[in-house]
This record gives sequence, C-alpha cells and structure tokens, in this order.
Amino acid sequence: MSIIVSAIGQGLTWGIVGIGLFLTFRILDFPDMTVEGTFPMGAAACVAAIYSGASPLVATLIAFLAGMLAGLVTGLLYTKGKIPVLLAGILVMTAAYSVNLRIMGRANLSLFDKPTMLKTPFLQSLPPYFDSVVLGIIVVVIVTAVIIYFLQTNLGQAFIATGDNPNMARSLGISTDAMQIMGLGVSNGLIGLGGALVAQNNGFADVNMGIGVIVVALASIIIGEVVFGDLTMNQRLIAVTIGSILYRFVILLVLKLGFNANDLNLISAIVLAIFMMLPVLENRFRIRHTLAKGMTKHD
Amino acid sequence: MTEPIFELNDIVVTVNHGTPEQINIMDHVNLAIYPGDFITILGSNGAGKSTLFNVIGGNIPVTTGQILLHGKDITSMSVERRTRFLSRVFQDPKMGTAPRMTVAENLLLSEKRGQRRGLGARHLKTHMAKFKDITSVMNNGLEDRLNTATGKLSGGQRQALSFLMATIKRPEILLLDEHTAALDPQTSQELMQATNDQITRNHLTCLMITHHLDDALKYGNRLIVLDHGKITYDIAGDQKDNLTKEELLSFFNDLDG
Repeated sequence: MSIIVSAIGQGLTWGIVGIGLFLTFRILDFPDMTVEGTFPMGAAACVAAIYSGASPLVATLIAFLAGMLAGLVTGLLYTKGKIPVLLAGILVMTAAYSVNLRIMGRANLSLFDKPTMLKTPFLQSLPPYFDSVVLGIIVVVIVTAVIIYFLQTNLGQAFIATGDNPNMARSLGISTDAMQIMGLGVSNGLIGLGGALVAQNNGFADVNMGIGVIVVALASIIIGEVVFGDLTMNQRLIAVTIGSILYRFVILLVLKLGFNANDLNLISAIVLAIFMMLPVLENRFRIRHTLAKGMTKHD
Repeated sequence: MTEPIFELNDIVVTVNHGTPEQINIMDHVNLAIYPGDFITILGSNGAGKSTLFNVIGGNIPVTTGQILLHGKDITSMSVERRTRFLSRVFQDPKMGTAPRMTVAENLLLSEKRGQRRGLGARHLKTHMAKFKDITSVMNNGLEDRLNTATGKLSGGQRQALSFLMATIKRPEILLLDEHTAALDPQTSQELMQATNDQITRNHLTCLMITHHLDDALKYGNRLIVLDHGKITYDIAGDQKDNLTKEELLSFFNDLDG
C-alpha cells in the first residue's frame, strides 16, 4: 500500500515537470533539452538556499527563478542568437552542469538534518508517504490552475498561436520572439520547481539527477495523451499529471518484475518509446481502443 | 487632391550584394497609395510582386529608399509594429490561421491585431454572437463551425476565415497575396466576389496580387504591372475601366519581347 501511495506522491511531483515541458514540447512545439539542466538546477538552488538559512518555501521559489533564468538564456540564444532550439537547449544544459556544481559546491548535498517543505508539523502528522501526496496535490493544483487561467488570457492565446502558426502570429502583431522566450522561461521555471520538490522529497540534491528527466516528463505527457485521446487544452494539462502518476505505476510494476533502480533510465526510455509507437501499433492492434475501454466505467 | 496613405519612394532592394549574382529585385520603385484605392497587381513569376508586399509589410529590409505612412517615415519599422495599420492574406490557406485553435479563437486573436495583449481574460463567449454575424457573410457554412479547429476546415473555408481575420479590425491597408489561387475555380470565384463586396462596402484600401487577367480587369480602380522589379504600367479610373483584355495581353507580349 505505502509503495502505491509513494508512487502517487512521486507522480504528482513529477507532474509539475511534465506540465513545464508541455508548455514547450506541445504548445511551442520545441524539443527543449534545457530541462535536463534546469531540473538539477532547481534542486541545487533549493538545497543551497536551505543550507544558507532560507525557509524551504522561499528556497523552492528561488528554484523556480533559477530554472526560469536558464530557460530565458535558451530563449535568447534561440530568438536573438539564431541558434537552433535543440542546440541552444543542449548548450544551456551543458553549461548548467558546471553552474550546478558551483551552486552546491560539490556533487551531492543532503537535506538530512535540514528543514524542508515536507517537514512541516501538519504534513508530518499524516500517515507515511501521504506528506508528498498532499504537498504534490497542493502544488499541482496551483500550477495547473495558474497555467489554465494564463492560457485563457489574451496573452496566453497569443502564446498558443505562436506555437501553432508563428507566421500568422507575427502577421497579427504578436511578438513571437517574446512569446518563445517567455514560454521557455516559465517552462524551465516549473521544471526547476519540480526539481526542488523532488530534492526535498528525496532528501538530497545531486548534480546528476537531471539525466533522463526529459524522457520521464515526455512519458507523462504522452501517456496522458494516449490514454485519454482527444481532449481540450485544459483537460490535456490535467492529463499530464495523471499520465505522470500512471508512469510511476508502470515503473513500479517493472521494478516488481525484478529490475533494479539502476535500470530505471533504460526502462523509462523503453516505456516512452512504446507509448510513442502506440499510434502506429494501434492501427494493427487497436490498443488505444482497449486502453480507453479500461479507463471507462462498465456500461 | 487627397494625400496618399502610403508611399514607396525610390525603393531598391538588392540581393547577393557584392557577388556576381548581385541583382535589384526591387528596382527604384515609386508607388503612392490613396485612400480607397483597390489596386490589382499583375506580373510574371519573379517580377517582384511578393517582394513588393514584403517591403510594404517590413518582412524584408530595403537597401535604399523611403517608406511613408501618412507622410511619416516608417522605413525601419518592425513587422509587428506595422500590423497596427496593415493586414495580409496569404496564398496558402495554412499560412493565415492557427490550425489547432478554433475558428472563434482565431477571430478573437485577429481582433487584437497590432494591440498589446495582456493578462486579462479573453472573454470568448461574449464575442460569439458577433463572430456568427461576421462569418455568415461569407455564405460557406463557416458560421456553424465557430468551435471547430481551423485545421479541420476546407481550404475555401479556411481562406475565407483568413480574409475575415484580416478585415475584422479595419486595416488601413489590406494586402491580398493571390488569396484565391489555391482554391478550386468555383470556390475561388465565390471568395473573390465576397472579397470585392467587403472591400467596396467598407471602403478598404487594398492591394491584390493575382494571376488572373480577368480578375485584375474586373476588380479594383487601379491596375499595376510589375516586371523585373519595376512598375512598368500603372493606370487608374476610367482608363482602367476601358482597358480590354486584348490590350493587356499585347502589353504583356511586348514585355516578353
């Protein structure tokens, strides 16, 4: 039981990373590799801030800003420096590794005897692992609500239009550069925030914790899409978090089969590859139909 | 005599500068556009029709020359800023609309053309009745598909939507870049008729590139012909009304010879 609760908690926390990536990957249609650097950057900034005496909440917000800053650099390299977005992301991701080492002063920092957002009296009074579930729900609900509101504003619509048809957006006077920079900034801010929460959950920040993040976040997005099919934009945002939780269950299942934690990146990649191939396989085996059936009530 | 809205003064656009392939794709072009002008533009491929629109829209920088709006120099104004007075419909139906957004969402976006877009709620629902009125003018069923993703529309509907998006907020200058060329003849004629109705009714100032001599003769109050980056022919008013297809054809034959 506790292992399932733990998986839900992790799924919720990683859902924030998925939502962050959704903004670039799905809305702007950008393969943004920056995330592999901003995720550990958020973790590093948060842990370092806690070490220097900041409250965990402030430290978590600092992590958001740190991630956003890195995203802005990618955005500027892409829009003003005319570097392809994939390469711009890889450059920032690579640079972030050194920056993260600078922030932490070493490769790994433990939060063992430090305060975290999970160590508040209320969360500690809950049954084991429910602390991360409750915190995860609070943060996911806030983030999802803010993003949904934003996308319904005139600015948000301009942002969506930029990803959908940049030529048209420009012809309507939308500054696509500004939209893309903003999108990369907010997206990576959320991923930094996710990194901070994962670090507090795990009790440490590690400079290598970014490896494979993009695959995990993509898996959340794509599992949500494959399971739920056609959705409105708002529903799709919520589906990302549900996809993230489902992904944790899949991983749990695979670990039960006898694989160990060292195999995780291999498994993540395979899980993502399978879900991405589903539209191809579906034509042959009608998998989506079956999956969708499994998600609906018996009639 | 009314003042021109928009002027191109001795515009030159040179490409491949400093190489043996150096060429002026816009060669000392002068053009004054007056309020209410509906100018049809003819010219063979590579004559500079699209370049002319890109110069007006700010998509390509001019090498020398001056662009004036109401007498004010806007030569170095950005594409985004120019959308405050300018709108454009492209030939490709895919160019002018956002495919994953609905028809209503596209119209709402275009209503704020050239304006600041802030964090206020978009209030889509309060616009629906108005959008239904606007779209029903096109007589092609668009008004029943306001909540459909634009990518699912037919080419004709999509292009009609592009046209509406370009005119929903009245532009001082409307650029139509062969906007009916990608459609079948029937749909093309319908859209051309609807276009003409809208332009005449709202007294829009418009430049329209076309490949159809008939359309160029039939519509508008002024006709210009581009060749090798120059305006080689420019007639208006009665002179244009009296121009025949034969005269125009013989003029084109002279150009080739």
